[in-house]
Amino acid sequence: MSKQNNKLAGLQKRKAISGYLFISPFIIGFLVFLIKPLIESLYMSFCQVDLAAGTVTKTFSGIANYIFAFRVDPEYTRLLVEEVSRMMVYSLAIIVFSFFVALILNQEFKGRALVRAIFFLPVILSSGVIVGLESNNELIANLAQTIEKTTEGVSVTAALENVLRTAGVGVRAYEKVFEVIDNIYDVALASGIQIIIFLSGLQTISTSMYEAADIEGCTKWESLWKITFPMVSSMFLVNWIYTVVDFCMRSDNKVIEKIQKVMIDQQQYGNASAMSWIYFVLVLAFVGITSLLISKRVYYYD
Amino acid sequence: MTNAEALVSYKKMSFWERNKLSGGYLLKKKALERAVSIVRFILLFGMCFMILQPIFNKISVSFMTEQDLYNPIVISIPVHPTTANYRLAAELMNFKTAVVNSLLISITIALLQIAMCTLVGYGFARFNFPLKKFWFACVLLVILIPPQTIASSLHLHFRYFDILGLCKLITGATINLRGSKLPYYLMSAGCMGLKNGLYIYMIRQYFRNIPGDLEEAAYVDGCGTLKTFLVIMLPQAKPILTSCFLFAFVWQWTDGFYSRMFLGSTKLVSTGLSRIVDSLGAYIQRINGVKTTISIAYSNCILATGTLIIIVPLIVIYLFAQRAFVESISSTGIKM
Repeated sequence: MSKQNNKLAGLQKRKAISGYLFISPFIIGFLVFLIKPLIESLYMSFCQVDLAAGTVTKTFSGIANYIFAFRVDPEYTRLLVEEVSRMMVYSLAIIVFSFFVALILNQEFKGRALVRAIFFLPVILSSGVIVGLESNNELIANLAQTIEKTTEGVSVTAALENVLRTAGVGVRAYEKVFEVIDNIYDVALASGIQIIIFLSGLQTISTSMYEAADIEGCTKWESLWKITFPMVSSMFLVNWIYTVVDFCMRSDNKVIEKIQKVMIDQQQYGNASAMSWIYFVLVLAFVGITSLLISKRVYYYD
Repeated sequence: MTNAEALVSYKKMSFWERNKLSGGYLLKKKALERAVSIVRFILLFGMCFMILQPIFNKISVSFMTEQDLYNPIVISIPVHPTTANYRLAAELMNFKTAVVNSLLISITIALLQIAMCTLVGYGFARFNFPLKKFWFACVLLVILIPPQTIASSLHLHFRYFDILGLCKLITGATINLRGSKLPYYLMSAGCMGLKNGLYIYMIRQYFRNIPGDLEEAAYVDGCGTLKTFLVIMLPQAKPILTSCFLFAFVWQWTDGFYSRMFLGSTKLVSTGLSRIVDSLGAYIQRINGVKTTISIAYSNCILATGTLIIIVPLIVIYLFAQRAFVESISSTGIKM
C-alpha cells in the first residue's frame, strides 16, 4: 500500500495536498469546536463541577450525575419519555404528510408555483425563536378550548373521533392519530424542506415508466406502490434523518429547555452534561437504528 | 378520409357527439378529472390557509387597540385602527440598535460561514485524498449532533478561553470570551456555526454536478488549484452560493440558541423578541409604579406585532428569492 502511495503521480499528490488544504477549516473547526467540547462534556458528565472564585474544579464522581438525572430529578425522565415518543409520532406524521403533499404538488395544475411557495414559507418564517413563541401562545390555546366548548356537536373531527373511539379497536393508536391531526398545523410547519426534497425526487422519475405501466394495465394506485414508492425510497431516508434531527433541535423542545435551565440558571454543569448526553445517545441510537432499517429497503435505480 | 380530415371533422363535433362515439368513456373521464381537480383545490386551499392564517391574524391583531381586543364584535378588522402597537413593540425591542446589530452580525456571519463552507464543499467535491470518506462522515456527524449537547462545555470553553495554554503562560490568566462576539466568529470560521454541516453538504452536491472539463482545461493550461477554484469554479456556483447565503442570513436572523449563548449582551432582534413579554411587564411597571399583571390578550398582541416586525424583512427576501431557496434544496436530495 505504501509503495503504491509513493508511486502516486506528482499531480495526484499535489491534488491530495490541496484537497486537505481546502477542507482544513473544517478539520480544525471540527476538532477544536466539536470533538474537544464533546469529550470535555462527556468527562464533565462524570464529574462534580464547581464554579467558584473564577475557577472550574472538576472532581470525579462516577455515574452520580446519571443517577441524579434518572432517579432524583423529578422532571427529567418524564420529559425524556414524552419528548422521544413525541419525536417518533411526529416524525412519522411529517414524512407521511410531506410525501402526500409532494404527490399532489407533482401534478399539473394552475398556481402550482404559488402553492409550493406557500408550503415552503414556514422554513423561512418559523425558524429559531419564532417556533417557540408560536407554540407557547396561551391566547390561541385558550381560544381553541373555548371554541371547542361552545361549538360542541358541530365539529366534524370530534364526531369522527367519537365514532372511532367507540369502535374499540386500537384506541391508543387512534389517540396518537387524533393528537397529530389536532396539531396538523405544527406538522405542516415542519415539513417545508421535506416536501421540496420529495418533489425533486418525484420529478426525476421519467414519465415513460408510468406510460409503460399504464399500457400494461396498471392502475394509478398500483403504479404509486410499484413505481413511485421504490423510486423515491432514497428520499425517504434523507427526509427521515433530516426530520428527526430537525425535531430534536427545535427551540420548543422540552428536554433542551430543561437542560438549559439546569445549566444556565442552576449552574450545574455536570448534571446538564449528563442529561444532554443521555438525550444525545438516545436520539443517535434512534436515528441509527431506524435509518438502518430504512436503508435496507431503499432501492437504487442505477 | 385522411387522418388530418378526420381530426378536423372530429373537432367540429360537439362534446356529446364525441362522447357518444367513445361510448360514454369521454364523459366519465372528464367528470373524473374535474372531480379530482376540485378535491385537490379544496385540500390545497385548506392547507395553504392553515399556513397563512396565523400571519393574517397577526397583521389584523397588530393594528387593534386594547379596546378592540376585548370587543367580541371585532374579529379581524379593527374599529379603532392604530399603529401604537408597532411603536411600543419597536421601543421594547430597542428596535433601532437591534436591527443594526442583527443586520451586521447576520451578514458578516453568513458571509464568513458560506465562504468557509464553499472551500470545504469544493474540497470534498473535487479532490481525492486519503481518509476522504472519514472526513465526510464527520460532516454528516456535524449535521447530526445537536449543538445543545456540547453547549455546557462550549460555555466553559469560552469562559476560560486559552490557545493551547499559551495565554496562561504569558499573562498568567485565561481570557474570558463570554459576552464578546469573537467566539461565534471563530466557530463560523471553523464551519461549526448554525447548520453549517448542511451548507457544506449542499455546496458539495452542487459542485459534484458541474462537469469537470473546464477545470481540467485550466489545469492543463497551468492554472493553480486555488486560482482555478476562484476564477473558474466560483462564478459557476453563484446560484447555490446566493441561496446558501440567504439561508444562513435568514436562520441567523431568527436564531435564538447561538445568539443567547454567544451574543447574550448584544441586543438582537431575535433575543429581543423572545424577551418582549417580560420587557412589556417591566415597561408597564415603570409607568404605573406598581407591579401589574398584563392581560394575556394584550401581551399577545404586542408579541404578534413584534413577530411581524421581525418577519417582514424575511418575507420581502422570500418574495424576491423564492426560486433560489426552493431550487437549492431540491438539488441536494438527488443523490446521497
